[in-house]
Amino acid sequence: MKRLTWLVPTIYIIFLMLPIYWLVNMSFKTTNEILGGFSPYPVEFTTENYVTILTDPTWYWGYINSLMYVSINTVLSVAVALPAAYAFSRYRFLGDKHLFFWLLTNRMAPPAVFALPFFQLYSAVHLFDTHLAVALAHCLFNIPLAVWILEGFMSGVPKELDETAYVDGYSFPAFFTRIFIPNIGAGVGVAAFFCFMFSWVELLLAKTLTAVEAKPIAATMTRTASTSGYELGLLAAAGCLTIIPGAIVIYFVRNYIAKGFALGRV
Amino acid sequence: MSIDLKGVVKRVGAETHIYETDLTFSPGGFNVLLGATGAGKTTLIKLMAGLENPTEGSVFLNGRHVTRVSPQKRNVSLVHQFFVNYPHFSVYDNIASPLRLAGITRAEIDRRVRETAELMRLTPMLKRRPGELSGGQQQRTALARAIVKDSDLVLLDEPLANLDYKLREELRNELPRLFADRGATVIYATSEPHEALLLGGTTAAMRDGRIAQLGPTAEIYRGPNTLDTAQVFSDPPMNTARVEKRGKEVHLAPGVSWPAAGPIAAASDGVYTFGVRPNLVSPQEEAAAGVKIEGEVLITELSGSESVAHFALTATETPDPWVSQSHGVHPYEIGERRPFFINVSRGLYFDAAGARIAG
Repeated sequence: MKRLTWLVPTIYIIFLMLPIYWLVNMSFKTTNEILGGFSPYPVEFTTENYVTILTDPTWYWGYINSLMYVSINTVLSVAVALPAAYAFSRYRFLGDKHLFFWLLTNRMAPPAVFALPFFQLYSAVHLFDTHLAVALAHCLFNIPLAVWILEGFMSGVPKELDETAYVDGYSFPAFFTRIFIPNIGAGVGVAAFFCFMFSWVELLLAKTLTAVEAKPIAATMTRTASTSGYELGLLAAAGCLTIIPGAIVIYFVRNYIAKGFALGRV
Repeated sequence: MSIDLKGVVKRVGAETHIYETDLTFSPGGFNVLLGATGAGKTTLIKLMAGLENPTEGSVFLNGRHVTRVSPQKRNVSLVHQFFVNYPHFSVYDNIASPLRLAGITRAEIDRRVRETAELMRLTPMLKRRPGELSGGQQQRTALARAIVKDSDLVLLDEPLANLDYKLREELRNELPRLFADRGATVIYATSEPHEALLLGGTTAAMRDGRIAQLGPTAEIYRGPNTLDTAQVFSDPPMNTARVEKRGKEVHLAPGVSWPAAGPIAAASDGVYTFGVRPNLVSPQEEAAAGVKIEGEVLITELSGSESVAHFALTATETPDPWVSQSHGVHPYEIGERRPFFINVSRGLYFDAAGARIAG
C-alpha cells in the first residue's frame, strides 16, 4: 500500500498535463499529420507553424495587441485599486461595507451583458478598435477584484504602521509610496497577476470592441481558422504561445497565489 | 515641552472614550499614564500625538495651540505596544528615517544614528531587517527611532507590555535614564501599578475615560484621593468593604470591629467604604493592628516566594472577593474557612461619593 502513494498524484498530473502535451504535440505537426491519424508524438517534426506565426504580421500583431491592452488594463486597474483599497481598509464611511460588497457583485455578471452597451458607447466616443477600449472595458471586472485583493493585504498591515510614519514626519503621499506600497508588494504583485490573467483570457469584450487595429490574438486565431480552412497545426502553435505570458507572470507571484485566491485574506 | 489638554472630550459615535479632561504635564519630566485596559490611555496618547482630533477642547504644546495640527508638524515621537518598524528598511534606515525627513545632512544623520544605536545596543544589528530581530531588539529599534529624533514630547504606549519579563525589567530601568539627559517630556502609558511605581515621576491615574488623579507617583500610591484612583493603583485590586463608624469604633461585620484611628477618627458617624491593599491582608497574625476576619478560600496562586489567596468574607458581603498577598509559602486549600488578619492601621476610608477621608 505504502509503495503506491506516488500513484494517485502521478495519475492526477498526467491527467492535467495531457491536454497541454497534446497541444504542444500538435503544434509541431503538420495539419495533414494531425488530420491523418493518431500519433502520440510528431512523426514529421516541423517548426513551420511557429515560423509562420512569428513572421506573419497578421499573426504576431495579435499578440502585441493583446499584450498592449492587457498591460494598460493591469496598470490602470492596480493604480485605481490601490487608493480605493486603502480607503476600504483604513476608513469607515457611510455604506462602506455595502459598497465593498457591491464591487464584488460586478464580477458576477457575465461580461457579455456589457458587450452591447460598451460597443455602442465606445463607437460613439471613437474609442472603438483601440487598445484603450478593451483595457477600459476589462477594468469593469478587474478593478473590483484588485480592490478586494489589495484590501485584504492592506488590512494585514497594522494601522500602527501608518501612525508611526505620520509621527515620524512622513506626509501621506510619502508614506503611501515609500512605506506602505513596498510593504504590500506581494499583494500588488498578486493583484497585477490576476488582472493580467483575467484580461488575457477574456475573449468576448476583446473581440466585440476591436476590428483591425487592436485585434487580440484570440480573435486572430478564430478568424484565421475559419477563412483558410482548418490550419490545426498553426492554431496549436498559437495556443502554445498564449500560455507563455501567463506562465512567466505566474512565476513571479508563485508564493503568494494562494493568498491571492483567498482575496488576500488568510 | 509642556503639554496641556484643556477640556478635551473624545466621542466616537455614541460612545465617549474620553470625558472632559484637563491635564497638564510640565516640561522635561517622566510622566506615567496609569489605567486598566480600556481606560482611555491610548486614545489620550493619540490625541496628544495628533493622530486623532478631540471632539471638543484644545491641545497645547509649549503654549502653542495645536489642536488640529497634524502629527508631522508636532515634533513628537511615539512608540506603540506592538513592535512597529518599517519591515522593508534595515535597522539603520529605520532609525535614520525621521532624520531624513527632517532634511539633516548625511554626515549628521550617520553620526546620530550610530550614537543612538550604540546607546540602544543595536550596533551589531544595523544592517539587518527588523523581521530578523528578537522582540526586544525590535522594540529597541522603535525606541531608538523615538530617541534619535530629539523630539520634545515622547509618547510611549505600553512599550514593554509585549516583552518577556527579563527584557521588560532591563528596558524599564534604562528608559527614564535614556530620556532624562535629553530634556524631553516623556509620557509613558501602562496598566501596571507596579511599573508606575518603579518609573516614578508624575502619574495620572485614569479610569473609564477620566483622569482620576494627577500627582507625584509615590504620593498617589500612598494617598489616593478617591476610591477610583485607589483601584487603578492596586494590583491585585484593592479589597473593599462597607463599614460603619459608630462612635470610636469601626464596624465591618458583626463581631469584626476596630478602634477608629487616623483620619477616620475625626469623621462623623456613618457608612464608609473601607479599602485595604492585598499585601496588608495576611494569613498569619503578624501585624500589631491585625484584625481577625474569617474567609472562605476560593482561588490560590503561588508565585515563588509569594502566596495569593482570593477569599470570600463569611461575615459580610463585599462587591468582590478579597485578596490576600503575603510573603512566604502558605498552604491554602480551596473551600477551607480560615482566619485572615487585616492591618487596619494602613487601611483607607472613602465616603459615599468615593472621596478619601483625609485627616
